[in-house]
Amino acid sequence: MTGAAGTAALFATHGFSAPAIAQGAAARTLKFVPQADLANFDPIWGTQYVVRNAAALVWDTLYGVDDNLVPQRQMVENETTSADGRVWTFKLRSSLKFHDGEPVRARDVVASIARWSARDAIGRVIKSIQDELVVIDDLSFQWKLQRPFPRMLFALGKNNSPCCFIMPERIATTDPFKQITEHIGSGPMRFKRDEWTPGARAVFERFDGYVPRQEKASWMAGGKVMSMDRVEWLIMPDPATASAALLNGEIDWWETPIPDLVPLLKKNSNIVVDVADPLGNIGSFRMNHLHPPFNDVRVRRAVMMAMKQDDYMRAVVGTDELWRPVNSYFTPGTPLYSEEGAEILKAPRDIEGAKRLIAEAGFAGHPVTCLIGQDYQPLKAMGEVTFDLLTKLGLKVDAVNTAAAQVIARRVNKTPPPEGGWNMFHTFHAGGECINPATNSAVRANGENAWFGWPSAPEVEKEVAAWFDAKDLEEEKAVVHRLNKAAFDHVVYAPTGFFLSYQAWRKNIAGIAKGPLPVFWGVSKTV
Amino acid sequence: MVLAMLAYAIRRTVAIVPVMAVVSVLVFALLHLTPGDPAAIIAGDQATPADIARIRAALGLDQPLLAQFLSWLSRIVTGDLGVSIASNVAVTALIAQRIEPTLSLMIVTILMAVVIAVPLGVIAASCANSWIDRTIMGGAVLGFSVPVFVVGYGLAYVFALELQWLPVQGYSPLANGFWPWLRQLILPSAALSTFYAALIARMTRSAMIEVLQQDYIRADRAKGMSETTILFVRGLKNAAPPIVTVIGAGIGLLIGGAVVSESVFAIPGLGRLTIDSILRRDYPVIQGVVLLFSVSFVLINLAIDILYAAFDPRIRYR
Repeated sequence: MTGAAGTAALFATHGFSAPAIAQGAAARTLKFVPQADLANFDPIWGTQYVVRNAAALVWDTLYGVDDNLVPQRQMVENETTSADGRVWTFKLRSSLKFHDGEPVRARDVVASIARWSARDAIGRVIKSIQDELVVIDDLSFQWKLQRPFPRMLFALGKNNSPCCFIMPERIATTDPFKQITEHIGSGPMRFKRDEWTPGARAVFERFDGYVPRQEKASWMAGGKVMSMDRVEWLIMPDPATASAALLNGEIDWWETPIPDLVPLLKKNSNIVVDVADPLGNIGSFRMNHLHPPFNDVRVRRAVMMAMKQDDYMRAVVGTDELWRPVNSYFTPGTPLYSEEGAEILKAPRDIEGAKRLIAEAGFAGHPVTCLIGQDYQPLKAMGEVTFDLLTKLGLKVDAVNTAAAQVIARRVNKTPPPEGGWNMFHTFHAGGECINPATNSAVRANGENAWFGWPSAPEVEKEVAAWFDAKDLEEEKAVVHRLNKAAFDHVVYAPTGFFLSYQAWRKNIAGIAKGPLPVFWGVSKTV
Repeated sequence: MVLAMLAYAIRRTVAIVPVMAVVSVLVFALLHLTPGDPAAIIAGDQATPADIARIRAALGLDQPLLAQFLSWLSRIVTGDLGVSIASNVAVTALIAQRIEPTLSLMIVTILMAVVIAVPLGVIAASCANSWIDRTIMGGAVLGFSVPVFVVGYGLAYVFALELQWLPVQGYSPLANGFWPWLRQLILPSAALSTFYAALIARMTRSAMIEVLQQDYIRADRAKGMSETTILFVRGLKNAAPPIVTVIGAGIGLLIGGAVVSESVFAIPGLGRLTIDSILRRDYPVIQGVVLLFSVSFVLINLAIDILYAAFDPRIRYR
């Protein structure tokens, strides 16, 4: 026996091969590396996606949006609406229990909705037209509105953050701007707070009292049947470590392998690599509409005339198989996708025309403060492309190369750039958010209340309001066509392309679905 | 002698208080003057400026800096390091979760480095200017020059991915058994100890060369004392003070190295806690961990000063 083989054999006799009982436990434990650390665990207080993804295991929702983007009943048994569409009455399933053994009651739901609607954009819309939200009995509650709200079920079942998760009343009455201290839900898994090491590990154990629906699982809808007794989230800040751990069989599933490591993973016969979320992401840069030069629509149009999404997407994802142009403010492949008004993006790049437009607006050589997050690859890549683009246009770019956390902090600042403000920053939105005007807060143009950059365009806002009132899909489509055109006319922001990302898992794991969040129900493992 | 040393130790321990006061002011000021807003990070992408302001207020971050500092100071004198802004977990609890992996990593690293570097340094000194000496010192230069993360990836590739002898990542508490604990620490400690071992080997060599030229060593040889005893008992004991100083000073470097090693090998230690907290501007955690590191550093230096007397009775404390 050679030295290496001998040592390997020695290790094998000292605990490297697990006994049969341990193998059984291993088959029921899933080790998952999430996109980021679960630093806090309150899906209403902290709206990061990683918190939402963990919360979906612990807390259930009244409705769940399926892979056709249609809301389906989840905790709700049935619902009725009054003839005028102003009164919604909901009845809960009777078998629902929280992890502490208490039944789920209507008063828990009412308190949870109140906390959610204080923080969620659609929730706030409903709250603004709410007459009252009341408990009828233990299993029923009623929502009376001042006018019809056809998007109600979508609002309660949407999967973009914050979702309307249902918590016990005593927890749900926590100030929505303060973090909860108890993690009791009625979802398929319990959160093991005693095993939580923020920054390193979060553990979930199967909740035996969970009664799944009978329908087939589809994203956040249907029967959430857990094959796993235990799901361990292991935080690995270094992608090379996560990749090595997956190759070595130390983890089962890696949510976000970086593009550089995907070829290595694909070469290994024990690893499956596939698209994570068919709704992908939409890259963008936002211009500050409050300050020169981007307070002039001609300059915003000039930048859009000169940009090419190919440059951005090749810098972000490299390989051409993972991206495509998005001539829209909405997600490609979804029912409301529209290219109305996008001629400015579709036309060939026109640097000279753009320069003329900037000169005509009187901003040739004007300084532009561009915030570029250096520690987040997509933001850094997009920032570098924009730096080159603006320089070509003759603008004087002050590239603020900083940490992404500082971009997040600085973008809040409305003061002029020399006083700590900014002119431009880069970001990307989950495609799952950009499926309609309710969840796509980036497209809103309601001035001071709009997302960072604070665009103000009554034409856009008029169509957003019309969408909320649209009665069917055809009417929604017609509204979104007009909205998309108005947003392009005004250049609310500049989309830089649609891109997908991969997920990777060991071949002995089955049932992993593509979707806007990693769903653990239906996932099984063989050892 | 013992009384003098005790008085010296007490004086040095009391001197920690002003050092800590300066450290706390500096850390607090640096953190709060650096751009970044934990409330904006927590609130997420969908938050409005009003949401962010309300979270900031709920966390007390809208208070004047002096008020925030005094409130923090009044808590730490009672041993309360506060609560993490991000996780809402007590800072002391977070430190308690993370201290064992970091201490384990540092202890195994120090042991590994000392066990390898001291004999190599002694051998290099005893064969000064020979090919053995040059080989050992060449290795030391390499250990000095290659970054910890490169060594870490290299070791993980060979011993975890190719040979599959050791795990790539993670930590197993000592309570789960000695071998699982050690098994998880071998690669990260080996990666971290290369720099440290190089430092100790070089210092051991130079200290030993000086000692080996002393008259009493010549006398030992004339008396027929074995070369092993001369090198490892007589010589090494007299060369010890500078070596111990380097080992002690190196612990400070290890704290920095642990950040890298813990990240590369996904060890849930204090180094990663520090980095994560800095990235999300979790002020109470950063302040708590930096204070802990500072106290540890001062105490280590004190312990080394006291150890000098054990190696060299001529040293007196005033």
